[in-house]
Amino acid sequence: MKEIVIQPVSRIEGGAKITIKLDDDGNVADTQVNVLELRGFERFCVGRPVEEMPRITTRICGVCPWSHHLASAKACDAVFGVTPPPAGRKLRELCNSIAYMEEHILHFYFLGGGDFIMGPDADYAVRNVFGIAQKLPDVARNVVKVRHMCAHMLEIIAGKSIHPTAAVPGGFSKPLTEEERKKLIPMAEEAFELAKFSIDYAKKNIFPAYIDAVKTVGVIKTGFLGTVKDDGTMDLYDGKLRMMDPEGNYEEFEAKDYLDYITEHVEPWSYVKFPYNKKWGEFSMDPDNPSGIYRVNTLARMNVSDKLSTPLAQAELEEFRETFGRPAQATLLFHWARLIEILYNAEKTLELLNDPEITDTNTRVPVTPRAARGVGCTEAPRGTLIHDYTTDENGLVTSANLIVATCQNNAPINMSVKQAAKMLIKDGKYDQGILNTVEMTIRAYDPCLSCASHDLNGQLACKLDIVGADGELIETLTNH
Amino acid sequence: MVRVAEEWFAVCGGCEVSILDIGEPLLDLLPSLEFVHIPVLMDHKLFGQTGEKSEMEIPDADVGIITGSIRSQENKELAEEMRRKCKIIISLGSCANFGGIPALGNMYPNSEIFDTAYRKTASTEAGDDPNEALPALTDRVYSVNEVIKVDISIPGCPPTPEWIANALVALLEGKSFSLPERSVCDDCPTVREKKAQVNIRRPLQAPEFTPGRYDNMRCLNEQGILCLGPATRTGCGGSEKTPRCIKAYMPCRGCYGPIRAGANPMVDMMGALSSVGLDAKQIEDRMATFNRFIGAGRLRPMPTR
Repeated sequence: MKEIVIQPVSRIEGGAKITIKLDDDGNVADTQVNVLELRGFERFCVGRPVEEMPRITTRICGVCPWSHHLASAKACDAVFGVTPPPAGRKLRELCNSIAYMEEHILHFYFLGGGDFIMGPDADYAVRNVFGIAQKLPDVARNVVKVRHMCAHMLEIIAGKSIHPTAAVPGGFSKPLTEEERKKLIPMAEEAFELAKFSIDYAKKNIFPAYIDAVKTVGVIKTGFLGTVKDDGTMDLYDGKLRMMDPEGNYEEFEAKDYLDYITEHVEPWSYVKFPYNKKWGEFSMDPDNPSGIYRVNTLARMNVSDKLSTPLAQAELEEFRETFGRPAQATLLFHWARLIEILYNAEKTLELLNDPEITDTNTRVPVTPRAARGVGCTEAPRGTLIHDYTTDENGLVTSANLIVATCQNNAPINMSVKQAAKMLIKDGKYDQGILNTVEMTIRAYDPCLSCASHDLNGQLACKLDIVGADGELIETLTNH
Repeated sequence: MVRVAEEWFAVCGGCEVSILDIGEPLLDLLPSLEFVHIPVLMDHKLFGQTGEKSEMEIPDADVGIITGSIRSQENKELAEEMRRKCKIIISLGSCANFGGIPALGNMYPNSEIFDTAYRKTASTEAGDDPNEALPALTDRVYSVNEVIKVDISIPGCPPTPEWIANALVALLEGKSFSLPERSVCDDCPTVREKKAQVNIRRPLQAPEFTPGRYDNMRCLNEQGILCLGPATRTGCGGSEKTPRCIKAYMPCRGCYGPIRAGANPMVDMMGALSSVGLDAKQIEDRMATFNRFIGAGRLRPMPTR
């Protein structure tokens, strides 16, 4: 028995390591992904005034602070029993779309892109954004510029781009002035150009070269969860949750009823919980016969949505669907779906900036503390995010529950890593390129391990049953 | 060429994004910087590229940047390894400098955090505490300078990109780098008349302001909305000066930490409030609010009421 430890898993958000256990023949017996963080938000948010939650929970994640900020503000709206005025809601949506572009650009070029632009087995010193900057200096400069510009747009709208404060219970604290709106339009147009360039570039230069890997590496079969409007159009800010099974059949439910579907499984050998859909039966992460497992994030949204509301993104979705079917299961397609979403959000940003209501000064309604429960749900870039707060009559938090996007991809990430490791490591032969390809399956999910470990530190561990040719159980391997 | 190593401990990643938010000037700095270890951007592995080593190893570097607070034994060991290998250590962000938001966890014993996670949240199928292979946790959240010697502190949640860029440029030019010892109020454009208009109230409604302007808005504390500006170091607004949260017509919550090393923000804040006629005792959840970003060494478990 030999162990390979890959630490840290790099070019993702947060700290983790992968342990691969080889049997005596040098084949993969088991894999595990250890997340190396602990914070404990669900405990230390109790006792805080609920209106402070949108300012505290942003710190779950500095890459997707806007998602926590908005889910939290929406949970507060529900606790206080108010609906933000139209301009308040639209400013939240506008920030959401800009943050999406910024984060997806970050992931594609700075985190995941090194594998595709430089190659999965390139030297680690160049398989990164520094290498990309050498190889494609003009593209890199433009990407850095536009990403920075997105952050600047958020500063103009909300005062602060990372860990913002402007989404408040009852709306948005800062109205958008006409002068600011005029400043934002050319920036949004520049982002739109980069969005179009990125998907065209990838479709010409990247995906064709990796199509075999896309069809094989990390492929598993799961259900999917995402948010849609009443007519089935994707909505990233608000809507009904659509839970699709691996065959493509789905049911819909209101976010406040999430407990009827989503349960977090605890394994004695893992510290991070495993959300699953309890309506599909018992939890099982067996890659050959999974049960209760669903995925969230970009690919999930492309699968559950009937259509996208913006024209160019819709055309891309149609092409994607024609090529890969619905639901598409290949893990590396998360990248492709991510590029479609950059385009969707670029179109959506321009749409919102040209909405006459966006500069209305009525952006916020006052709120009064009361004892209540409120659920706020939004689509974070990395998937469905739920904040659920209960307060006492003074509006102090008495309990908080967070279902975070990356947690829901916890079991699928483990399954994909195991699938990739078993496929690529044979007879004890492996090198840094092969190990990086295993890591690529994690990167496809763009996991945010700070988010996932908002609660507890520990292992996204795996259990492996070794079954003989006639189906009898020979041995069960776990991490302990 | 300056060799840079970067590590993150109990983090959210916001400091790393803030480094990227330097934008194009960062591309101009890159030729003078050689990153030898930075997990968020490159694949250098602590146990070797194929996991062949038995000890964690950081390459030798001129500068080591650390973000996040210390929350596990492994964080502590890695911080010590950084100290051994790097000539200059920069602690970046409020978690690394004062514990940050994660240090709110210092108000509870670790056992309660487990209890909440595995038995008390609404969606959890209750189970026992997992008892296998848990990395050893530290008893509480520590700031980096409680564990190793730090040469340069850059606070903020997150630090303003400009500050990070200024510090890097100073290092490259061999100059010293320091932060202003002034308060957020010193850079705040709002109008102060040294007397509160109303008693302190929670920020449940909008303050009075004119959209698009800050120079005619009355100080938020004087409007009765608790703002921690008086006891917080300035810098978040960068060269534009106007504090970031004030730009959103929202009060400061102290993310840049104390005005100077050794200050006592709680006492400073009480004084600032009473000087304008406000009663700090009316503030809900005072301890956690005044120490929101600076809990390492300041917040501890309270007796249950």
